[in-house]
Amino acid sequence: MAKKKKKMPGLNTSSTADISFMLLIFFLVTTSMDTDMGLARRLPKPPEPDQEDATMDIKARNILYVRINAAGQLWVQDEMTSDWGDIKELRNRVKEFVKNEQNLSKWPEKHVKNIDLLGQCFVTDKHVISVQTDRGTPYNMYFQVQNELVAAYNELRNELSKQKFGREYQYLKDEEKAAIRQYYPQNISEAEPKKYGGN
Amino acid sequence: MPEMNTSSLPDLIFTILFFFMMVTTMREVTLKVKFTIPAGTELEKLEKKSVVSFIYVGPPTDNLRAQMGSSTRIQLNDRFAEAREVMDFVAAERQGMTNQAEQVISIKADQQTQMGYITDIKEVLRKSWALRINYSATRRN
Repeated sequence: MAKKKKKMPGLNTSSTADISFMLLIFFLVTTSMDTDMGLARRLPKPPEPDQEDATMDIKARNILYVRINAAGQLWVQDEMTSDWGDIKELRNRVKEFVKNEQNLSKWPEKHVKNIDLLGQCFVTDKHVISVQTDRGTPYNMYFQVQNELVAAYNELRNELSKQKFGREYQYLKDEEKAAIRQYYPQNISEAEPKKYGGN
Repeated sequence: MPEMNTSSLPDLIFTILFFFMMVTTMREVTLKVKFTIPAGTELEKLEKKSVVSFIYVGPPTDNLRAQMGSSTRIQLNDRFAEAREVMDFVAAERQGMTNQAEQVISIKADQQTQMGYITDIKEVLRKSWALRINYSATRRN
């Protein structure tokens, strides 16, 4: 007697797609796709162990001191003047200092530099902006100062790239960006530089 | 008219699901410190999430204040830490990265934090050769 084989009905899987769709949507909703933003900075290399003094010798006229005290007040000092600074004026002050359009003796020395794509340029690339803080300085004030310094450099670079290439800095090609960076290098120091000489 | 065979549809959707589960990072740590990050204008996006490690700085959250006090603390991963422990943290984070030279440390610090804490962290970061840092902030106009 032949056993009649009963056919097992298949499991109804038509809803599996819906279930996995729901899982997919759940993941899409819960995962935050928000992009973190921030002010990108680069720290200096750690000092060599045999190096006694990590500070460099920089001429006084090349340094702009930006000091922030524990109360969050700003003290801005170049070779000739020093006064309580205002965060709103800091950007223009830094721009003037780095640019030194009239080649004033109180602001950074200019010298001729040969830059690819730009040719012979009269640049102030030896300038240093020295940011000094107290241990009690509020972080927000420090951040705003850093923000203004970066803003000053960005504006300078934008002006130059518009003048030379007719476009804003962010739309330039890599080698053009490099040329602009050589013209206006970002020299923000947070160490105490040693100064010498009158000018 | 024969019906379309949809038996492979679940597999297809599962594939998409797995893809999303892989690429999205669920690494959000439980925050033990509270902070309001500063607002700036010259911000850059953190492009490659895989090379970014976060350091949180701020006072402990309200429910931890009873045990931890209200002075500024540093949080690494899921626990409180001292500034000198940042070096081990950086090294551990670096281990898992394929392009270690691109490592970025993002500092999420409260606006009221005193710079002493930040300076200490930065000094340790310098010593551990984690030179690319990022002060986390929100955009303002």
